[in-house]
Amino acid sequence: MGKLTRKTQLTTGGPVFVDVDESANKIVRITPIDLDDHDAESWQIEARGKVFTPPRKTTYTPYTAGFKSLVHSKGRIMYPMKRVDFDPNGERNEENRGTSGYERISWDEALDIVTDEIRRIKRDFGPGAMVIEPSSHHLWGNIGYRHSALFRFMNTVGMTYADHNPDSWEGWHWGAMHMWGWSARLGNPEQTDLLEDALNNTTMIVFWSSDPETTNGIYGAFESTIRRRWLKELGVQFVFIDPYYNHTNGLYGGKWLAPRLGTDAALALGIAYTWLTEGTYDKEYVANHTHGFDAWTDYVLGVSDGIAKTTEWAESECAIPAHDIRALARAWAKNKTMLAAGGLGGWGGACRSPIGMDWSRMMIALITMQGLGKPGINLWSTTQGNPVDSDFYFPGYADGGISGDCENTAAGAKFVYRMFDGETSRPMSSNLSTSAGVHIPRLRLPECIMEDEVTWSGRGFVGGSIEQQFHEYKYPANGYARMQMLYKYGGPHIGTMGETNRYAKMYRTKKLPFVVSQSIWFEGEVPFADIILPACTNFERWDIGEWCTNSGYNPDSHNQCNHRVIVFQKKCIEPLGESKSDYEIFRLICERLNVGDVFSEGKTDLDWAKQMFYASDMPKVISWEDFTDKGYYIVPVTNKAPSAPAFRWFAEGREQDTRGWISRFRPGDVLEQKGLQTQSGKIEFVSNSLKRFGRHDIDDQERPLMPMYLPSWEGHHTERFKKYPLAVVTPHPRFTFHTMGDGKDSFINDIKDHRMLINGAYYWIFRINRLDAQKRSIKNGDIIRAFNERGSVLFAAQVTERIPEGTCHCYESSAEYKPLGIPGESIDSGGCVNILTPGRFLSKYACGMATEHALVEVEKWEGA
Amino acid sequence: MKQYYIVCDVSLCHDCNNCFMACKDEHVDNDWLPFSHAQPRHEHRWVNILRTERGQQPRIDVAYLPFMCRHCAAPECVKAFPDLITKREDGPVLIDTDKAQGASQLIDACPYGAMYWHEDVQIAQKCTMCTHLLDDTQITSGMSAMPRCVHSCPTNALEFHHITPAEMAQKINADRLESYQPELGGTGAQVYYKNLYRFEKLFIAGGLLLDGECAEGIEVSLSKVNDSERLSASLITQITDYFGDFKFDALEPGTYSLAANGKALVTINITESVNVGTLVLA
Repeated sequence: MGKLTRKTQLTTGGPVFVDVDESANKIVRITPIDLDDHDAESWQIEARGKVFTPPRKTTYTPYTAGFKSLVHSKGRIMYPMKRVDFDPNGERNEENRGTSGYERISWDEALDIVTDEIRRIKRDFGPGAMVIEPSSHHLWGNIGYRHSALFRFMNTVGMTYADHNPDSWEGWHWGAMHMWGWSARLGNPEQTDLLEDALNNTTMIVFWSSDPETTNGIYGAFESTIRRRWLKELGVQFVFIDPYYNHTNGLYGGKWLAPRLGTDAALALGIAYTWLTEGTYDKEYVANHTHGFDAWTDYVLGVSDGIAKTTEWAESECAIPAHDIRALARAWAKNKTMLAAGGLGGWGGACRSPIGMDWSRMMIALITMQGLGKPGINLWSTTQGNPVDSDFYFPGYADGGISGDCENTAAGAKFVYRMFDGETSRPMSSNLSTSAGVHIPRLRLPECIMEDEVTWSGRGFVGGSIEQQFHEYKYPANGYARMQMLYKYGGPHIGTMGETNRYAKMYRTKKLPFVVSQSIWFEGEVPFADIILPACTNFERWDIGEWCTNSGYNPDSHNQCNHRVIVFQKKCIEPLGESKSDYEIFRLICERLNVGDVFSEGKTDLDWAKQMFYASDMPKVISWEDFTDKGYYIVPVTNKAPSAPAFRWFAEGREQDTRGWISRFRPGDVLEQKGLQTQSGKIEFVSNSLKRFGRHDIDDQERPLMPMYLPSWEGHHTERFKKYPLAVVTPHPRFTFHTMGDGKDSFINDIKDHRMLINGAYYWIFRINRLDAQKRSIKNGDIIRAFNERGSVLFAAQVTERIPEGTCHCYESSAEYKPLGIPGESIDSGGCVNILTPGRFLSKYACGMATEHALVEVEKWEGA
Repeated sequence: MKQYYIVCDVSLCHDCNNCFMACKDEHVDNDWLPFSHAQPRHEHRWVNILRTERGQQPRIDVAYLPFMCRHCAAPECVKAFPDLITKREDGPVLIDTDKAQGASQLIDACPYGAMYWHEDVQIAQKCTMCTHLLDDTQITSGMSAMPRCVHSCPTNALEFHHITPAEMAQKINADRLESYQPELGGTGAQVYYKNLYRFEKLFIAGGLLLDGECAEGIEVSLSKVNDSERLSASLITQITDYFGDFKFDALEPGTYSLAANGKALVTINITESVNVGTLVLA
């Protein structure tokens, strides 16, 4: 082994040191970062007679720990490729996509084909015909991120963005926003300074559809693990409501309550009923801070619909004993209780399911009844709210990086004015993907390609106002061309969206004449492309970024981390094979289209990283040379603003004093700088915004004005349940980030709880209760087929007590799609459970995905 | 002389697999001679995370035991192959990467199955305690000298100590550390476990109901049947929590009798952890 050089990098799973053997162009090891004595001091919190201060070391996730195997992987695409039966000037054989082989071609040939197609499509069809679609959460870094390099490319060339839906926000976005506003956080709550509040005041935490040890907040690795341990050591009681005995529950213990899938709102109503009838809610708070509470009370007590939502009624729906519901309700009311709803203070969990809007609104209803914002009482998932200095400015990936696209990123809020002087350097906004331009929802890509017309409401992440999600769109937009080209980048839809055989089918039609896939790995739906362009990982290029900072709709999310860590993401090795950075591939295409300089301004990715450094507050505290030499910077906490816990201002009727630019940025959203964004300025148990929309009693009945229990359309009251009696919950995965980390011959495949090696193949794990397994003669480690009318997928059975009878558990996000026969119509052995999940929207006008629950049947697989 | 020790608290492991990943990161594709050849990309588990579930739902728990070579004090493998395997004075048991070439019989010498055969290199391999890092701080450029599994652990389930055997003996006593399956390879080793009962012993859990409500604050007692020697006082009684729940842990298999407020509830024989369910008090 040659001499080792230490570099620094940043991933969705934490910042790392990278030891590199440069002579062999090889990553030797990847480790967490031990802070040294020159780094800024850590914060301290004094609470209940103790002093708490975090470890002087960063944490990382297992997929980051195994990232070396993703870089040096036989799953990598090492050179450009062309589908063997694709001839751009002759027969394209679109219907063979997914089964044709590939032949190696040169970069010149690949770039020629792509740019010839761009010219042809622009001239023959006009604007809107070229669509680009990146996956969520690709590689970390503000230059290379999709909002940055990809958007600059998209806007330079004139492509349309396939709008992403807020795939981890859904229920909060489409439901909760109508109860308490927070549109700029897509319906999620602020979390500022809640750690100190909890350590001082909280005596109980109810984790409801929340497993921070699995989902790590978002990007936060295991930063919050130590904080939960502190809380536990202080005697704070934990209760877990989750169909799965999750890993946070497993680590810390505490009562486990497993509602039948899709019935969380019934359980919540049983709790509310107990508080209302026993008088154990904060009556004064409710009187002063809510709107429509009396009408909702009538619903809970059964005055308005004749059904009292007693704990016995709740038990009949959710299968949790009534006495346990009452015990929980009483302990909750007696304690100062944090409601950890979702993985990040909102987010994730049941909000991604068919009942997402009911669930998230019920969470708000319950914590409001107990005095949201009073000391120790909040909606807080233990993953955010660290006392770091959020006023120190460093942009996040959603600030748009080198695109400066103010329509499709948060660039216009602050960053674009600091990054671009307008003369020597200019942003590149879209004139297609604009409010009045052309739109395609990622969730309806197949229908937009295959059907005549598609309509939907709300465009992607709709945070501009509450009402923008009601705006109606159609495809194709008036006067714009239909899609002729799909430029796919990053991870697959098939492993992450809903009812995903649709996506396999959309590729195999002449209605889609050209498909490019720019990808690092040969996986998922890459083998449907006509031309494959090999990209490299962020370990093979320059970038800059801050850990956990996405900004935009998730402002100040760096407060998940115990230290703010800003990283110079060093090029550790040269790109492997003939792969290139995404930025370089985009630049080469632009160059051939005579817009190379417009795209790059003559800069390399390293030049852009430097420009971003100078656009931040960094030059005030460290030189570029010192920063790039050390590779990271810890933001001191000496200038942190005074503690201002989330919602305390609301509880106390004051002007908002919490940090986070996004709320105070639009004073027009509130009246006299007080109250919430809702019409009443209060938490609305009867929603004014839904009332104004006026569809709740016409054709949007699945989104009523109030938080209510509506039997799930993918649940046990449906006709389909007779045929598909097992309800599978498909949460975000533990060992990968979306599809990042899975497959690709990675180390992750060997994790016992991730995939199982059976007869030479790694099968995705499907967890099934012992009794359900017995009924079907299924043993641990058997290959099973899970199926419904949407498709069939093979898994390895894990027989377990961690899931109740009738419910199954299977993480989403398989990177592998391996159809045994015709793609889109045959059994998948790769493990894409999303083939079985619903493809429909939450409700007619709530156009979010609802993929976390699926009704299936399971059988032992006796096939070959 | 100081020795190296790994201590694993079973109650703090939640199967994140960082240790397993870090071990592969350090050893796959990397020769650390003379300590070890590169680990093959798949198949080997130098850190093997053993898994268990206890009880029946909804009263269950789970435990994980990261198992690696114990670096036994009196290793069976060294006894069998004194020329090929050595126990260093500071603790690590190492396979000679030259002399052990082709010696596949080494695999069978470990009573714990901690050794793996590397077909391509034709050598037996196992955890080296990352001795190459402990011995050579140059190659780590400042990284704390400890095995990679310990360094990557986010819950402090794994701890590393460089202390004398006497100091370790004190720690074993104070923290009630145990050896895993000492009957196979002796009690002495460089790897010890805390809260091992979570993995090896049994529990009896249940809930009490009084007048249709969870019975909080009830004294529940557990006694072993047909055993003149009562269980230790710390085990014998509990007060139910607000869900009316109780849980007696660290039990051996046997027949136990449960009582609430002095009145007999149920007598059961257990061979695995048991959730007795929700019992109604008269």
